[in-house]
Amino acid sequence: MNIDSIKNGFVIDHIKAGKGMEIYEKLNLNKLDCQVAIITNAKSKKTGRKDIIKIDKNINIDIDILGFIDPGITINIVKDDKIIDKFHPEAPNELINIVECQNPRCITSVEKDLDHIFILTDKENQVYRCKYCEMSLKR
Amino acid sequence: MKNLIDIKDLSVEEINNLIEVAKDIMANREKYSHKCDGKKLATLFFEPSTRTRLSFEAAMMELGGNVLGFSEASSSSVSKGESVADTIRVVGCYSDIIAMRHPKEGAPFVAAQKSTVPIINAGDGGHNHPTQTLTDLLTINCEKGRFDNLTIGVCGDLKFGRTVHSLITAMSRYKNIKFVLISPKELTIPDYIKKEILEKNNMQYCETNDIEEYMEELDILYMTRVQRERFFNEDDYVRLKDYYILNKEKLKKAKQDLCIMHPLPRVNEIATDVDDDERACYFKQAGYGKFIRMALILKLLEIK
Repeated sequence: MNIDSIKNGFVIDHIKAGKGMEIYEKLNLNKLDCQVAIITNAKSKKTGRKDIIKIDKNINIDIDILGFIDPGITINIVKDDKIIDKFHPEAPNELINIVECQNPRCITSVEKDLDHIFILTDKENQVYRCKYCEMSLKR
Repeated sequence: MKNLIDIKDLSVEEINNLIEVAKDIMANREKYSHKCDGKKLATLFFEPSTRTRLSFEAAMMELGGNVLGFSEASSSSVSKGESVADTIRVVGCYSDIIAMRHPKEGAPFVAAQKSTVPIINAGDGGHNHPTQTLTDLLTINCEKGRFDNLTIGVCGDLKFGRTVHSLITAMSRYKNIKFVLISPKELTIPDYIKKEILEKNNMQYCETNDIEEYMEELDILYMTRVQRERFFNEDDYVRLKDYYILNKEKLKKAKQDLCIMHPLPRVNEIATDVDDDERACYFKQAGYGKFIRMALILKLLEIK
């Protein structure tokens, strides 16, 4: 299967297999006017299978979303057909309006104007807790 | 301006200070009887809790202040669809301090963000109830004279029992505390309390479903009620509600200076034959609740 290489933009690599679409949706990539390729179940030496996203444009990517979904991914920055930088996103200390609290007893379930805020309370185990009800985020 | 939303909002020093003030109030009631003259406490109880509300109201009255508020959501503007944020902004115009109970977890935190006067969380769903924890701490201090070197049995619903979770959190700051966690297997303590509090603070603990197994070691036995409102399945509630009934027989091996506590209301989990035992502290505990709330009101209103 051949997919065009990109000239200027990003290759988001080493995404856990199956997480590609979630990243596509959370980053609102469907709203871009450039070419976006999602490759799912690509072969990976490290993990067996992985997803890859290629974006053929320099855009502002929300690194926090990527760090929250999967800190193991690699972000490659491409300029003039060459990778000029690569890095792994860190799990952010705070998530604001990225995910909603699912606890039916949480105040956010009834007060609709509130921001949905989660705090990273356990970095080692990637545990996020709702700022209001402290319920851990189920992933 | 300070609020009390979570017991963790208070440092050990602040808790010690509140306890000292509460003890001073108990010893010198007259000295405090006009400290809050002209001040108003609003008790906003979006769900009913007669005991906690009366305790707050009695506390403010004993300080010479006045009380206004509502005791259930149906008698407030919430029934017309008003948000917590708006209610708090309005009530802040009519009062100097607010004690608030709400069925939704995190509601007092939201209130504190919008309020112009101090907010006290008087219970938010199954989440926090910091003035109950302060009451428990004052009881332990008055009855045992210390916060360290204690073996504390907590018995009953350890899964949903917020008073137990808060007590464990509060006691994790003191030295040489051992917890004996007594519950049926369906109501054991959540994993996050074990990992994030007990184990993180290197606290000793053991688990059992037999209330008598560690009885002779206990300095404090904290009984809790299995709460119907926490169950989605009535059959589970009926099966578990009378799992533990503490009676004189079960106390045979207990220390003579054991302190038996309960946040109340009690249903069947402590037989009435225990009430006359010198070790039963749960009604005294309810009394301590008023004094610690008096100390808290003074602190938040910055009245010396």
